[in-house]
Amino acid sequence: MTADDLGRTGPDAVTVDLYRAVRLIRRFEERAIEFVRPGEIVGGIHPYLGQEAIAAAVCAALTSADVITSTHRGHGHVLARGADPGRLLAELMGRETGLNKGRGGSMHAADFSLGILGANAIVGAAASIATGAAWAYRQQGRDTVAVAFFGDGAMNEGMLLEALNLAALWRVPVVFVCENNGYATTMPVESAVAGSITARARAFGMPAFTIDGQDPETVFKASTAAVARARSGKGPMFLECLTYRFDAHHTFEHRARLDYRSPDEVAAGRSRDPVAIQGARLSDDERAAVDSQIETALDAAAEFALGSAHPDPADPLKYLYAVMP
Amino acid sequence: MPKLSYLKAMNRALADSLDSDPSVFLLGEDIRVAASNLTAGLLSRFGPERVLDTPLSEQAFTNFATGAALAGMRPVIEFQIPSLLFLVFEQIVNQAHKFSLMTGGQCKVPVTYVVTGSGSRTGWAGQHSDHPYTLFAHVGVKTVVPATPMDAYGLLVSAIRDDDPVVMFAPSGALGVREDVEFTTLAPVPLGVGRVARPGRDVTVVAVGQLVQDALAVADELAGAGVSVEVFDPRTVYPFDLDGLAASVAKTRRLVVIDDSNRTSGFAAEVLAVAAERFTLAAPPRRVTRPDGAVLPFALALDRAVQPGREQLVAAINAVLEDK
Ligand SMILES: Cc1ncc(C[n+]2csc(CCOP(=O)(O)OP(=O)(O)O)c2C)c(N)n1
Repeated sequence: MTADDLGRTGPDAVTVDLYRAVRLIRRFEERAIEFVRPGEIVGGIHPYLGQEAIAAAVCAALTSADVITSTHRGHGHVLARGADPGRLLAELMGRETGLNKGRGGSMHAADFSLGILGANAIVGAAASIATGAAWAYRQQGRDTVAVAFFGDGAMNEGMLLEALNLAALWRVPVVFVCENNGYATTMPVESAVAGSITARARAFGMPAFTIDGQDPETVFKASTAAVARARSGKGPMFLECLTYRFDAHHTFEHRARLDYRSPDEVAAGRSRDPVAIQGARLSDDERAAVDSQIETALDAAAEFALGSAHPDPADPLKYLYAVMP
Repeated sequence: MPKLSYLKAMNRALADSLDSDPSVFLLGEDIRVAASNLTAGLLSRFGPERVLDTPLSEQAFTNFATGAALAGMRPVIEFQIPSLLFLVFEQIVNQAHKFSLMTGGQCKVPVTYVVTGSGSRTGWAGQHSDHPYTLFAHVGVKTVVPATPMDAYGLLVSAIRDDDPVVMFAPSGALGVREDVEFTTLAPVPLGVGRVARPGRDVTVVAVGQLVQDALAVADELAGAGVSVEVFDPRTVYPFDLDGLAASVAKTRRLVVIDDSNRTSGFAAEVLAVAAERFTLAAPPRRVTRPDGAVLPFALALDRAVQPGREQLVAAINAVLEDK
């Protein structure tokens, strides 16, 4: 397979599903940001706005037996994997009904029942966890593929490069998905990565492609091929998805007024909007129907989260151990 | 009765665990040829999929073990050098240890980290002579430091069966300890339960690992002078057997801790703090430790000068006995 084969597919059920997923992630994030300002969400969030196509399409290429690891910017991955938006929002609000019972928050959202082995706030850390999980499932005779999501910044973490080596060496069924949004916080990728991201992956002996991360169907086709390859026992594959973060690195950034992207650059980046790209493949009626379903679902999610109880402070270290010492 | 060495006891614990539980597997550097002797004979018995030689990539393979644990396995990692734990502090402390709480109890991370040869290794100098058990106790990672072959067996088996991350330090000074053991009596030793290694009346000496041997030798020596020393070995540094220590101190009302870690914020400091909060003592407690911020120098005389020794222990015991 080459990157040239990664064209788009025709309008079908997948087309609608991909639109539903990118739209859900977009609107979830926009609504979550609204809860940061009044303090319903404490600690802020790292918005995924603009990168929705990657989570939506990669997760669409997985079966329910597969697993993912995610990052500090993880809401999109968690939603695309099928987590309940109400429980995710409740987690961001630190409620007992949250995915992690309010113990994890935005950067640690996990739902093991859906194969979400956790968002991880240490840049580059989750790729080695995904590799170990995928290896273990194979040892157990299960047909599981793991996907590790990470950003361009993570490509300079030694541990991630070590994980690429282990995965390739042991032909582990894992797909590495690098979301290159051009920046690690404020550090441009050109100032951070010597050589090229895919060349690093190829040096470990795995196929690596750079694809358009704004077109959900392009990402879907590429990740379907990568997942199939991993499942067939040929080992890991690496996808560098070119994308753009529409908003701040973190919701605190507005207060800090960090100056590192020109308005022209941001406008150009926003002009390739995955929600618009995928939406154009639906009829107006189809789109309107999906949009209104999502608004209804998010209204219910917000009501559920806001109405949920806060954890009881009497036992703040509950769950620290699986077995009490 | 057959003699069992500490290292052989750990080897047996690994073999028995691999044998009884298919989810157990070992990983580490040069473990197929058993460079440290810990894994001797295990490759031929259990095969390369369960005795996994890793490339030199400690950070990735430590997290790899976490991932495998999340997928239902029970990995045991051998680290060749104690200071490698500094390299993987993030992976043990910030990842494996925190997963259960951060996910609201959705998962468990039963990884065991074994350091074969912790502490001074006689002439290995600054970067090979650390004994960092205090660091893991401080953050709440379950931490065991066995003193005897039977405990090395029993605590390692328990660590592997435990559903949480556990670091096991096998001090290099204890690896050669041998003990008469009927192999059929080898059994798991629960984490967090100490033992009185030698009963006594006049003073309690707390020691773990190789220092238990030193404390017992000193107790023998002082017995001749009419001093009765009780040696308390908590076995597990975290969680600590507070009840066991309380029972001992209730009897002796005097306390000395000998601890092969640095003085400030060390394990001995913790035991003394507990004593101050909870016990009624007849004299202020004392501690024998490495100096503040110590790094082990190479020259043997200097290495020895940094480690807590028997003479210092005798002096500390005499001091708490004199203190009225
Ligand atoms: C190991 C590590 N170093 C630094 C940080 C602080 N930090 C959090 S996000 C981030 C930028 C990550 O950039 P990238 O991997 O490209 O992901 P992006 O934020 O662009 O999605 C940094 C430096 C961290 N969390 N972990």
